[in-house]
Amino acid sequence: MNADVDIDARRLFCPLPVIKLQNCIRKQAPGTRVRIVSTDPGSLNDIPTWCRISGHPVLQIDDLETEFVFLVQKGEDDG
Amino acid sequence: MQPRKAVALISGGLDSLLAARLIQQQGIHVEGINYYTGFCVEGHTHAIRNRDRRRVKRNNALWVAEQLGIKLHIVDIVDEYKDVVINPRHGYGANLNPCLDCKIFMVGKARQWIDENGFDFIITGEVIGQRPKSQRKRFMPVIADESGAEDRLLRPLCAKNLAPTLPERAGWVDRELLKDFSGRSRKPQMALAEEFGFRDYAQPAGGCCFLTNQTYSVKLKDLWDNRGRRDYELDDIMLLKVGRHIRPSRSYKLIIAREEGETNFLSGYRHMFPSISTVSHPGPLTLIEGEPLDEKQLELACAITARFSKGRDAESVELCYNDRQRERSIHVKPLAAEQIRQDWIVG
Repeated sequence: MNADVDIDARRLFCPLPVIKLQNCIRKQAPGTRVRIVSTDPGSLNDIPTWCRISGHPVLQIDDLETEFVFLVQKGEDDG
Repeated sequence: MQPRKAVALISGGLDSLLAARLIQQQGIHVEGINYYTGFCVEGHTHAIRNRDRRRVKRNNALWVAEQLGIKLHIVDIVDEYKDVVINPRHGYGANLNPCLDCKIFMVGKARQWIDENGFDFIITGEVIGQRPKSQRKRFMPVIADESGAEDRLLRPLCAKNLAPTLPERAGWVDRELLKDFSGRSRKPQMALAEEFGFRDYAQPAGGCCFLTNQTYSVKLKDLWDNRGRRDYELDDIMLLKVGRHIRPSRSYKLIIAREEGETNFLSGYRHMFPSISTVSHPGPLTLIEGEPLDEKQLELACAITARFSKGRDAESVELCYNDRQRERSIHVKPLAAEQIRQDWIVG
């Protein structure tokens, strides 16, 4: 899972991991791959939902039970 | 010609969902905005407590945005929002809920946002008479004026009961297609949801802010009273959502986990607070907030913690006290239920 940017959102609860991802992606160029690690099970639902409505493909999700790792690619839109 | 653009304040409830859909149907480009204050009921407690783990964990604002097919901008306003909570110009509601100031603040933030992002107007899901303070008819113009939104604030669910706003007067939206809802009944909204095909929306009457909760407000007031100042950090308001709060003395408070999920959550704060955990019997984790304890206070804190462990009926329970630098073992007899004074219990 290769990423250009890493975000640590461990111990943060919804919607803070989404806010961190949103604020990071806003600053990136289209195509940039962002990896975010969360410990909130709610992020398994919320991060993919935010990515769908914002136009950023989720390339990979790893459910490690206590941690959840997402690889997101910035879409063509401004995020 | 580019379509007109509106930003909708999306709380995750039914009203903002319907308001946004009414405007979308008129060919307006709608995007959503959701403000994170730290007091939102969403997510946190569901994620913390084991008993809630089987609930569907979704953020309702995101769910609403997906139903509408719109973008959602989630904005962290934790720091700016403190002044609204601590110094509300219009006062509090039944608890420490500054609903009118909150609405003015959020609409004001949205006004800034539309200016910065080239949008034309703001939509909210307000309904006259729906809520006892912030949605009274006489406060509707107060919100529009004090937020700076003025006639760029459109309330599609009750617009026909109010003076026409700029989007209506300019013909961007057809006033006749807006609604005239008023009062506390939810039936018109539920009928409109049915008409739009929305199901599985967040339960209509549920509050979305901990500040409307009496127990939570008592805990926040206790925090302010015992610190001698009205202030808070995000960690403070998160911890008020978790555990039993017991204050045996003005100088310190115990935050005692009620179940495993809360113990796991509070464990993340052990680098910030002295803590007590049980050794000889399964039991909760307790954080100690306040001034350092003397030996007598520490013994009492351990006896209270032991009371909520599986060893509550034992002659002696072994606990581990961690002052953040080292650990030590302490043996105590658990307090009996009647020894925990009612005036110690916060909230």
